[in-house]
Amino acid sequence: MPDVIPENSVGIVTPQAIHFDEPLVLACGRTLDNYTLMVETYGALNADGSNAILICHALSGHHHAAGYHSMADQRPGWWNNHIGPGKPFDTNRFFIVCPNNIGGCHGSTGPISINPDTGQPWGPDFPPLRVRDWVESQARLADKLGIRQWAAVVGGSLGGMQVMRWALEYPDRLRHAVVIASAMKLSAQNIAFNEIARNAIRSDPEFCNGRYLEQQTQPRNGLGLARMIGHVTYLSDELMGNKFGRELRSGSFQRGQDAPIEFQVESYLRHQGDAFSGAFDANTYLLMTKALDYFDLAREYDHNPVEAFRHASCDFLVVSFSSDWRFSPERAAEIVEALIAADKNVAYTAIESNLGHDAFLLPNQRYEQVLTAYINRIVAEISSK
Amino acid sequence: MMMRTDLNIIQQWIHPTSRILDLGCGDGELLQTLGKTKGVWGYGLEIDADKITSCVARGVNVIEADLDEGLNQFSDNSFDTVVMTQALQAMRYPHLVLGEMLRVGKQCVVTFPNFGNWRARSYLLSRGRMPVTRQLTFQWYDTPNIHFCTVKDFEALCTEKRIRILHREFVAERLPDKYMKGIWPNMFSDTAIYHLSK
Repeated sequence: MPDVIPENSVGIVTPQAIHFDEPLVLACGRTLDNYTLMVETYGALNADGSNAILICHALSGHHHAAGYHSMADQRPGWWNNHIGPGKPFDTNRFFIVCPNNIGGCHGSTGPISINPDTGQPWGPDFPPLRVRDWVESQARLADKLGIRQWAAVVGGSLGGMQVMRWALEYPDRLRHAVVIASAMKLSAQNIAFNEIARNAIRSDPEFCNGRYLEQQTQPRNGLGLARMIGHVTYLSDELMGNKFGRELRSGSFQRGQDAPIEFQVESYLRHQGDAFSGAFDANTYLLMTKALDYFDLAREYDHNPVEAFRHASCDFLVVSFSSDWRFSPERAAEIVEALIAADKNVAYTAIESNLGHDAFLLPNQRYEQVLTAYINRIVAEISSK
Repeated sequence: MMMRTDLNIIQQWIHPTSRILDLGCGDGELLQTLGKTKGVWGYGLEIDADKITSCVARGVNVIEADLDEGLNQFSDNSFDTVVMTQALQAMRYPHLVLGEMLRVGKQCVVTFPNFGNWRARSYLLSRGRMPVTRQLTFQWYDTPNIHFCTVKDFEALCTEKRIRILHREFVAERLPDKYMKGIWPNMFSDTAIYHLSK
């Protein structure tokens, strides 16, 4: 809710719904006959179409990456810290494209869309998706926007997985891959956290086997709980200690007092869960976490990541954050190791941060310096052509 | 900091278009120069945040890494030459790092400040305190250089570890060191440069 739009903001933006009539054959074998992508773009495409950057969103992200939809907006887009005039992803220099992925719940075709065969919301019948399906739909989006080759494809977490898949599937359609706080595949512990979150959703009586929209209800408790679990894992112990410690929101430990005690962290988590469950779709959450679990970059390459990356021809920037324990620096180092063995150009840095996995979304001077240094190289390449 | 003389000497041992690994690559100058002049291609490892950013800005392949943790991410003989300039003395276990360099690289180039230089010797002898020189400006308690050695020490280590010395060059800028370094390198050189193989 800005009084005035800051100078380094892209300002008021309007998403556009782009419709695709050409059927999309999905990795699961099913076909989406047609679909819509909700997309935001910032900046302008240059004459030779060489300055386009694709931003791939993560689990709970969407197309609204920067700016405001209206002056009444509570907060700007999810990557507003990094996208805007003079910011690392400089909208004065680049044409930045951020779609909401299919399966999402912010306007692109997904479980809350109407299934043309039944006239009811897709709900649990929406086809399961893989990261490669998103990449395929994003490639078609590039076609439609007149972008033959991205200057860079960029993403954090699940977004980083899309970036790596892009590099393997369409090697000649991107020059740079920026992979942030990501991994070539999830660990068992990571899958376990996702399964607990999914179970929370499924156990909500309002879930109705996924047909809650038909029943005109929402599994808000389950989705809220799922978010709480996820949220804790995206933060670090240190950050939660600094932010909340053992501060009480209500009650007291004084003898003779029996009013209910509530820690600040409890109230914070509940707020996170409530806010999320009012703005996100449970079936989308199930679908997105499964896509995350199923992703395995090297599966089709005989489980050899070096062989996988041999198919890439872009340059890579890989970034991790020291306190990120869901996509730890060790996972990033595996990506880098494979890239080196595959003789790819790569720069890697592990940014010192106590913000956990969420660090990739938040301001951090060094993070911004590295992104800016890398992006400036891309700018130099474009202008020297 | 790397001097131009070091760079020129090292260049003559690096084959055009070879694959190199630069340990402690700093701001990426060596890799960038070798890339431009010799079509050399490779990676640099660095731990300092600002230097990593400089490398990224130059377009050098820089990997954030702590050299004391070894070079596990690289397979045997995966580089033509592994270079380490002015960093050996800052390693926790220089002999292990040297072993790793020779495992990963077919050849190695190592440069280090020679603590056997007469200026260091006379500083200690006359003042009775750890030398602080123009090249080595730290106090003993805050220096990153925790394992100084002399030319003689280094060669003794090479003999012990059966490392072949292909070439050795010595650098000294000042007088009389400049003229004397060839006769008595351990006494007069500031910097020693070694070209090694297994």
